[in-house]
Amino acid sequence: MFEAILLTVITASTPLVVAALGELVTERSGVLNLGVEGMMIMGAACAFVAAQLTGSPYIGILAGILGGGVFSLLFGFLTLTLVANQVATGLALTILGLGLSGQIGEAFVGQPGIKLQPIVFPFLSDIPFFGRVLFRQDLIFYVSIALVVGISWFLFRSRTGLKLRAIGDSHASAHALGINVIRTRYLAVMFGGACAGLAGAQLSLVYTPQWVENMSAGRGWIALALVVFASWRPWRVLAGGYLFGAVGIGQLHAQIVAQNLGIVIPSQFLSALPYAATIVVLIIISHNRRTTLINTPAALGKPFVPDR
Amino acid sequence: MRIELQKRARVSTLFSVLSPLLALALTLVFGAIMFWLLGKNPVSALYSFFVEPLLEVWSLHELAIKAAPLILIAVGLSVCYRSNNWNIGAEGQFTIGAITGSILPVMYPTWHSPLILPLMLILGMVGGALYAGIPALLKTRFNTNEILTSLMLVYIAQLYLDWLVRGPWRDPQGNNFPITKTFQIEAVVPEILSSSGRAHWAFIFAIVAAVALWFMMRFMLKGFEVSVLGQSERAGRFAGFSARRMVWFSMLLSGALAGLAGISEVSGSIGHVQPVISPGYGFTAIIVAFLGRLNPLGIIASGLVLALTYLGGEAAQLSIGISDKVSRVFQGLLLFFVLSCDTLIHYRIRLIFAGTKTAEVRG
Amino acid sequence: MKKLIIALAASAALMGGFSTGAEAQEKKKVCFIYVGSKTDGGWTQAHDLGRQQLDKALGAKVETPFLENVPEGPDAERAIERMARSGCSLVFTTSFGFMDATVKVAAKFPDVKFEHATGFKAGPNLATYNSRFYEGRYIQGQIAAKMSKKGVAGYIASFPIPEVVMGINAFELGAKSINPNFKLKVVWANTWFDPGKEADAAKALIDQGVDILTQHTDTTAPMQVAAERGILAFGQASDMIAAGPKTQLTAIVDTWGAYYIKRAKALLDGTWKSEQIWDGLKDGILTMAPYTNMPDDVKAMAEETEAKIKSGELHPFTGPINKQDGTAWLAAGEKAQDGVLLGMNFYIEGVDDKLPK
Repeated sequence: MFEAILLTVITASTPLVVAALGELVTERSGVLNLGVEGMMIMGAACAFVAAQLTGSPYIGILAGILGGGVFSLLFGFLTLTLVANQVATGLALTILGLGLSGQIGEAFVGQPGIKLQPIVFPFLSDIPFFGRVLFRQDLIFYVSIALVVGISWFLFRSRTGLKLRAIGDSHASAHALGINVIRTRYLAVMFGGACAGLAGAQLSLVYTPQWVENMSAGRGWIALALVVFASWRPWRVLAGGYLFGAVGIGQLHAQIVAQNLGIVIPSQFLSALPYAATIVVLIIISHNRRTTLINTPAALGKPFVPDR
Repeated sequence: MRIELQKRARVSTLFSVLSPLLALALTLVFGAIMFWLLGKNPVSALYSFFVEPLLEVWSLHELAIKAAPLILIAVGLSVCYRSNNWNIGAEGQFTIGAITGSILPVMYPTWHSPLILPLMLILGMVGGALYAGIPALLKTRFNTNEILTSLMLVYIAQLYLDWLVRGPWRDPQGNNFPITKTFQIEAVVPEILSSSGRAHWAFIFAIVAAVALWFMMRFMLKGFEVSVLGQSERAGRFAGFSARRMVWFSMLLSGALAGLAGISEVSGSIGHVQPVISPGYGFTAIIVAFLGRLNPLGIIASGLVLALTYLGGEAAQLSIGISDKVSRVFQGLLLFFVLSCDTLIHYRIRLIFAGTKTAEVRG
Repeated sequence: MKKLIIALAASAALMGGFSTGAEAQEKKKVCFIYVGSKTDGGWTQAHDLGRQQLDKALGAKVETPFLENVPEGPDAERAIERMARSGCSLVFTTSFGFMDATVKVAAKFPDVKFEHATGFKAGPNLATYNSRFYEGRYIQGQIAAKMSKKGVAGYIASFPIPEVVMGINAFELGAKSINPNFKLKVVWANTWFDPGKEADAAKALIDQGVDILTQHTDTTAPMQVAAERGILAFGQASDMIAAGPKTQLTAIVDTWGAYYIKRAKALLDGTWKSEQIWDGLKDGILTMAPYTNMPDDVKAMAEETEAKIKSGELHPFTGPINKQDGTAWLAAGEKAQDGVLLGMNFYIEGVDDKLPK
């Protein structure tokens, strides 16, 4: 049973992790995009529609990535080129995304979707427990793990990553060093959008292969919170995402176990557990003020206009 | 072609006035194109969005009802955001304010005293403020990020409300449905002009709060303190201001106003407590705050405009069959244009074409 | 630019003039207020299908405008009032949360007729209507008891309201009429509409050992999970056979259209009066999706039960029935009163879940 529960947790956590990783890169470049929910739902709609039309979930994934990425350009244009306020633009992006995705998917409501099938690694997948959990998963799960490793390497080991972090800490100094702030930020925003779109694709192709309006149901907001929770570090995003997913699934099992034991616990309290757990863990890990400050992008949310 | 910005030496007063109008014009043009592409008559669509809700008195009352919580919450948030405190959990503070404010009418439904309403409003404010005090405490004491804590507390507040009205607060005569007793008449926020519509005093509270905070920000030392600490914590410290105290001040203030909005909404507009009391006012108010450029008087205007688009979307659904989804898209469009036109206040925009020709928007 | 604005303003004024004056036609307006989007694939979509059937049946005589995504609260009151003011003769408000808003507006517009779904407050111009979903759930329970190997079914519940409690009880009663030891596990998803959470709840129940699922939430996600895990399940609100061709046993299909046509006709005849209507299988307000993926004898049993319920021979809540704690509720042969069912807040014997007090 533990294996089955773990598999459920993986499915529930993957979209949170993927979307949060994208937002992490965006925020590391100093841009706060609160429109994750909107980009995610756009990704879900585009992915589902494309998969239905072509019959291929892989084309669906591409469409999801593209949908989220292109949609984020709108945010990029407003906040980077026109230096509009990032917080308000991000929220407006969410409103627009919820409306637009509903329009895109309208004709597809109620259609059974095509589920993205797992990729099975020969031999490895036969290992007891680990084989089933780690080597018989769908592409998006593997990508999510690769993203954690890749982004950690990129941010802390690569030259470009160093530049990106420099921009996020002080765009003025980075600009003075000759780094193209705006272009880098555009790329970071698009990466964030693409990841949110991929997370959306996971929802409509893996988690629940169908399209209904509003199916992201607030997961974009959780992803945003995870970035803060992780204090802008990729591995912590993974841990936070799985913690959140595990508590969420665990409370459902707790309901049934409580029934078997004859205990009365209001289900609302159990439903609130993931949120409460996130706060408690954050309190514990952010106790050290210095490490928190080091990792917070200092220029987060601040507009930048190059002076000539 | 590319676009380049040049910072103005001074804020352009001309464009402070002109930019919303320009945004409106752009929205009208692009909206018309969108409606036309969808096969709807663009003129009647725009008419029902922006004009129809303003033509009838009852509809103006509805506008005030819709705008009141948005303005109340947004002016409080503007102080938070100006002082660099990122409270995005106003929805939760709204919910808790509605709950604490409702304690008296739910527990003492037979108490008919004129005192009850003022007490409810105060309790609502206290509840909202205390709930906002949690992220403030965690930020000052454990240095946790308030974006996360305030957001998570929204979900917890909503589930708590859900539990209350389905459990202990359920009306015994209510067929076991999740609603409380209807509040006694003394516990209802009175209507302003009951002969013509149901707008109630929450709108007055909103205007008073906005003007008071405008006055504070403009003429009082506290307002200066907010701005200085928001610009630079270091500078604030040199001026003898405490960033820690500002966390408490701004969070408690915005929490109290969100709580006031919550209890006014439940008491004045709904009349009892139920599982769903807000269509996301706490989040929409964040947009309202920025749309009003974090200026309390601007927020009155932006709150009314946003409320108008909700009413207009409904009118358009009914009169020409534009779906709710299209209304949301149109609303997003309007927000984008307003936000981007505001750029002109602080910057000159140059369009630079491939050659050497430059076109400039001067002002 | 200026010219364009003037032109727009002029034609707008013209439009305004037309819309207020010239629309004095004979068609009556039968209006609908929805809590969700009309393509939500669940509750609201079922109502909208009903509206479309009404349109098809009486389109020459009625118009059917609607407002979707209306939040419960003051927005609902505004939306209903807008309907009343726009010349609607009959307004259907299709969510429980619209109850007090409907009551208030109905008092303000005595000449307009209102009908509120699933509520209990009526008035001279305000009727209530509901569907006896529990009749379908009873049949489902019987099928579950026949088809389950483990004798345990899982119930994905939304919120603890009488409607859902009644559904859980009816399911268990049906199951116990076949297998007295049948057990029912309940998981509260605390949502009507979140495919992800519904799927998680389905997986949790399956992992805890149930081999039949039934849902009281709106999306097809639990059906998909059941299909994937190879167990059997029941659909809700609409026929979900497309999501589980080899999984769905039957589904309770909301067919509000029959009711809407009946009431619109009454409006046109002038025979409409305020009533508290609770229609069931016999009236066509709900129907059972085809009985599939089961042996013929089970199918025959289900059809027989359905026929008995329609004829009135069988009332699912007929004693002897004990409450969860073993105390007697209904004596042998005694039928539950509608009022008790509509406010149901206790479980019968055999349900494992405990209701919070």
